[in-house]
Amino acid sequence: MENTNLENSYAIEMLNITKRFPGIIANDNITLQLKKGEIHALLGENGAGKSTLMSVLFGLYQPEEGIIKKNGKEVKINNPNDANDLGIGMVHQHFKLVECFTVLDNIILGVEPNKMGFLQKSAARKKVLELSEHYGLKIDPDALIEDITVGMQQRTEILKMLYRDNEILIFDEPTAVLTPQEISELMQILKNLAKEGKSILFISHKLQEIMAVADRCSVLRKGKYIGTVNTKDTTMAELSSMMVGRDVNFHVEKKPATPGEDILKIENLTVASKVHNNNAVKNVSLNVRAGEIVCIAGIDGNGQTEFIHALSGLEPAVSGKITLCGEDISKASIRERSLKGMSHIPEDRHKHGLVLDYSLEDNLVLQRYFEPEFTDKLGFLKRDNIRTYAERLIDEYDVRSGQGASTITRSMSGGNQQKAIIAREIDKAPNLLIAVQPTRGLDVGAIEFIHKQLVAQRDAGKAVLLVSLELDEVMDVPDRILVMYEGEIVGELDPKTTTEEELGLYMAGAKRKEESE
Amino acid sequence: MEKTKNIKNKNSDKSILQNEGFQALLASLICILLGMFIGYIVLLFINPRGAFGAILAVAKNFFAYSSASLKLKYLGNTLVKTAPLLMCSLSVLFAYKVGLFNIGVAGQYVVGTCACLYAALSLHWHWLPCMLLAMIAGALWGVISGLLKSYCNVNEVISGIMLNWIGLYLTNMILAGVKEEASPYTFSLKSKGQKALLPQMGLNKLFPGNTYIGIALILSIIIAVVIWVLLEKTKLGYELKATGYNKNAAKYAGMAEKRNVILTLAIGGALAGLAASFLFQTGFEQWSTSQSSVPAMGFNGIAAAFLGGLNPIGTIFAAYFIQHITNGGANVDLKIYCSQISDLISALIVYLCGFVGLMKYFLKKGLSKKGGTQ
Repeated sequence: MENTNLENSYAIEMLNITKRFPGIIANDNITLQLKKGEIHALLGENGAGKSTLMSVLFGLYQPEEGIIKKNGKEVKINNPNDANDLGIGMVHQHFKLVECFTVLDNIILGVEPNKMGFLQKSAARKKVLELSEHYGLKIDPDALIEDITVGMQQRTEILKMLYRDNEILIFDEPTAVLTPQEISELMQILKNLAKEGKSILFISHKLQEIMAVADRCSVLRKGKYIGTVNTKDTTMAELSSMMVGRDVNFHVEKKPATPGEDILKIENLTVASKVHNNNAVKNVSLNVRAGEIVCIAGIDGNGQTEFIHALSGLEPAVSGKITLCGEDISKASIRERSLKGMSHIPEDRHKHGLVLDYSLEDNLVLQRYFEPEFTDKLGFLKRDNIRTYAERLIDEYDVRSGQGASTITRSMSGGNQQKAIIAREIDKAPNLLIAVQPTRGLDVGAIEFIHKQLVAQRDAGKAVLLVSLELDEVMDVPDRILVMYEGEIVGELDPKTTTEEELGLYMAGAKRKEESE
Repeated sequence: MEKTKNIKNKNSDKSILQNEGFQALLASLICILLGMFIGYIVLLFINPRGAFGAILAVAKNFFAYSSASLKLKYLGNTLVKTAPLLMCSLSVLFAYKVGLFNIGVAGQYVVGTCACLYAALSLHWHWLPCMLLAMIAGALWGVISGLLKSYCNVNEVISGIMLNWIGLYLTNMILAGVKEEASPYTFSLKSKGQKALLPQMGLNKLFPGNTYIGIALILSIIIAVVIWVLLEKTKLGYELKATGYNKNAAKYAGMAEKRNVILTLAIGGALAGLAASFLFQTGFEQWSTSQSSVPAMGFNGIAAAFLGGLNPIGTIFAAYFIQHITNGGANVDLKIYCSQISDLISALIVYLCGFVGLMKYFLKKGLSKKGGTQ
């Protein structure tokens, strides 16, 4: 931990914060000190208490113990308005923008400059354009939010804070939704902001980014404060063991694959797009064999989602044939596909994967509740069996929650929600496991666990189809890589021989080769 | 909110104040008292002299009668109307659990009325087939909303409100064929449809002099329990609630989410149709074919469902309470207040009952905070 005798050089200090929830101490005596003009990373696993701590700082929760100081003076933050008055601004992981408003309207929302109730937009526009120029935040003030990229939406959020003259800027996992190019742009923006004297709190569990951009890093684990280190004096390995509490293996250990016969065979699959008149997936053919992991790599929005929806039956395909274990399932319903041995870890765990207001046990039987083990002949649920089954999965897959099987799923951390889905889908004993971005938004500990599970499935002779946007994952986990670009498979690569650069060229559409090569 | 994990359960020291069931009950009671209080204030403004007496009359209902047998008889009358109200609120509650707002309950109730009265008065059917026909008619009305929702993406609130009016005028038209010559009212069952009267199951002895109370009351309570079991204990309930909470996840899990929506509104409609049968087949009321507004029964069902904390068992008591004050409203002294005042007061209380959800939210926030710092 670092000591400095210049007490008042801290922009904001949270001292000995304790916050309890029923069954849980979310923050246990946590201290966080943010210097003026520094980029301070807050690192921790899912469920370590980062979000709770930020909610305390933002006035959404009141801590049971501890005080908050700004510039050395104690302050009370009872609600987000207090936080705003103190110059604290936050970019949430899920942006809080009005989709059908313009960028400018969103920036001035809530602090609209007006004369007797009439909007004075021209002054606001001038200020926004100056800020945008000054900090290198490229935006089009008249574009509608729904029409612009996620990166520009994020820049809008940053401008919102700057427009309100906030001094302390909090970024909650800002890179989770960005492309690699947008991430490096954001890193530059953060550095510019710090140079201009803004104090930045950067919440993340991506170690590379923290090492690249942060000056100091505070680590939380299971609600407790572990320590604060200077990033220039530490290594990624040290940070990750501070975060997880043990040494983490970044590399996926696996034996060479011994693929068997085709489990999944897709021929000339074409899927319509919901947003434009072109097809989102064009004439895709591929196969996945027993005992191998095939990864579909590509930049987000190149047809992966539509492809998986057609494969799992959520949306109809225009044409093409899907064969699972020798049976044509092109026209089969979702339930039929599931019963024939298809498991699907969906891209969006909140939208598709879970009924958030159901208990954990009810979610764990979501794909099997109708089986005789869980429903009797008269249609009554066998609650005891469901509980026993859920407790077994919770135990085997280490799904952690406040109240065990009866916990409402909404209250669980993202990593544990994902573990619950993985437990459910793998325990179904599928022939084919489809995993779409299974590690999205998760920390290194959970990622390691999920990768191990995928490899274990492969080694058990299952076919695994992985869809991923993360380069590390694409290079590390699969036995074969298929690159999808604008709805087509533009190349097949061997992860053992290819490089990230080559992969990047395929993903960007700069290079393509015939599939049969 | 990120809740951490390894720190295991400390819920054993949870006080009664944090119990959800208790909070729900408390919220309902506070709303009732608040409604009565506001009613009292309104009465004070209109005429301070009789305000307290009037609110007392509403609260007392049949207790206002001096003799025990009269009390029982009028308790019976309240119960006669409680049965259909309970069915309507179950209809709303059932759809609500599946994520649908069945405001069409009023229309389903009206077509149910049409079906059972026509079968009774024109076709001279027996009571059971009349009742079943009312259920089918209500279900059919629900299915129309369900089909529109599932296949044409029409919001069930919009189609429900439209169907309420279509149902009303259709019913007036059809029942005009079985109405008394000199009045807009349909023939009484006693005169033209004896066979369709619901059996009294000996309840007329329990409530002396009450010729209306009978099987409807018993059935309605049984059905409330059945609905509770259906929602909480069965596979169907599991599927329907999953569809209500998250229809994308229901689809992902291979549930027939379109069918579930239609089925829900069919069941809701059948319950509303049954409500009509439970009222009109007792002979307690006759339908007025000159009626130009949808009967309040359906809408009161919405209030009862919320007042009952969206729990079928709670709804039994809520339905009784709402009927209790509605009947009590008739006892307000008409020498002091105009005749609409009784409806106004009961409407105020019913209106406040709609705030149970909000009240629950406040209670949860307040009591949990208090509990947290202990």
